[in-house]
Amino acid sequence: MQLITLTDVEKFYESGAGKTWVLRRINLEIAEGEFVTVMGPSGAGKSTLLGIIGMLDGAWKGDYRLFEHPVHKLDNRRRVELHKQYIGFVFQQYHLLDNLTVAENLDLPLSYRDIKKSEREGMVADALDRFQIVAKKSLFPNQLSGGQQQLVAVARAVIGKPKLILADEPTGSLHSSQGKIIMDLLKKLNDDGTTIIQVTHNEAWAAYGNRIIQLADGWIVSAQAKAGA
Amino acid sequence: MNTSGQSLIRLEGVSKIFHTDEVETHALSGVHLEIRDGEFLSIAGPSGCGKSTLLSILGLLDSPTHGNYWIHTEAVEKLSLSDRTRIRNREIGFIFQAFNLIGDLTVYENVELPLTYRSISSEERKQRVEKALDRVGMEHRMKHYPSQLSGGQQQRVAVARALVGQPSILLADEPTGNLDSKNSEAVIELLRELHRDGATICMVTHDPRYASIADRTIHLFDGRITEGAPPGECN
Repeated sequence: MQLITLTDVEKFYESGAGKTWVLRRINLEIAEGEFVTVMGPSGAGKSTLLGIIGMLDGAWKGDYRLFEHPVHKLDNRRRVELHKQYIGFVFQQYHLLDNLTVAENLDLPLSYRDIKKSEREGMVADALDRFQIVAKKSLFPNQLSGGQQQLVAVARAVIGKPKLILADEPTGSLHSSQGKIIMDLLKKLNDDGTTIIQVTHNEAWAAYGNRIIQLADGWIVSAQAKAGA
Repeated sequence: MNTSGQSLIRLEGVSKIFHTDEVETHALSGVHLEIRDGEFLSIAGPSGCGKSTLLSILGLLDSPTHGNYWIHTEAVEKLSLSDRTRIRNREIGFIFQAFNLIGDLTVYENVELPLTYRSISSEERKQRVEKALDRVGMEHRMKHYPSQLSGGQQQRVAVARALVGQPSILLADEPTGNLDSKNSEAVIELLRELHRDGATICMVTHDPRYASIADRTIHLFDGRITEGAPPGECN
């Protein structure tokens, strides 16, 4: 089943001299279970595309379907709901709260859902086990290495069992050995059925995905077909 | 006038020693410090002098190796882990250099975060979040995500989040470190206004222009306070 269908999605800023285009006529289909890599030079529109798919950015034109939901027709409140229901985000800079412990950071996305406290505690404990960070649960982010912080951030992104993970340069702040741990983890989540879209500059990390979409100046300049298609 | 308040925080003989392999690093040595209600204190010094370690201890994110720390009349070293967490979440508002906003939560949700661990009705939560956002002039951005805001706006949202729990003290770690000078001045002006309205603020900065707006500046060097007497005493 198609998870994402973008049809003629465009984004531009009005400037004094006219329109500054960020994305041009983006047509893209992504099926459930894919691991897609978006590549391209800085300023190509990669993060903007991820922001639109993640519904963090509402200022664009065109059609966007997420499962059966026509995102282009939905108001902001409904988009926020869809985001919480389907999507987990991983950022280059981790986005952990420095004054909360590892366990409290993991609990954050759950506090936005209608889940009982006891059940939340169970889900946090499961995540701590699964990502082997039980010993770190009472530590604060600045007491962890960058790789460990990103591990916590990935754990937080998946704690609500999202169908789609959007990862914007998830290894961009890490050494390569730590980067590999994070990439292996994303691969495993994908093997278990989670759809992943990552932005990266790194060829080796791009190879973890099943296909690569190249952006330049806001256009898709090459898109491999889905493997086996 | 601002130094006439009650003692809010008191450190006595606080030191912090890190052990790496066989080397002992004294990040803080024999620090005495009192912060009174309503004060605006800045902590200045070169990088590596112990500023951030001191702020982490003040914020209950870290514990001293030796010495005593009182907040209000509570002796921090005697608290259980859960009491430390409760005091940290209630008494202290944090503002970080890198804003520390979560990218896939809206401005409103980011500001609401410190309240999610308290039993407050959703109606009161809403009022408090809106009031905090109004206080920093960001109410109109409530539904936006951090990436749709400038750095200065993001830091204003972070200040709102620090304020929303009505903490006893705001701890700001290089709050202008990621901002250009225009945005830096706007954030400093905001802190100054909050102080005028009665907030207690402790700010780490290495920019002397911003340190000078505080009532009092203490200088740290190699983990010791070298300048800046406690209120009411001579150096």
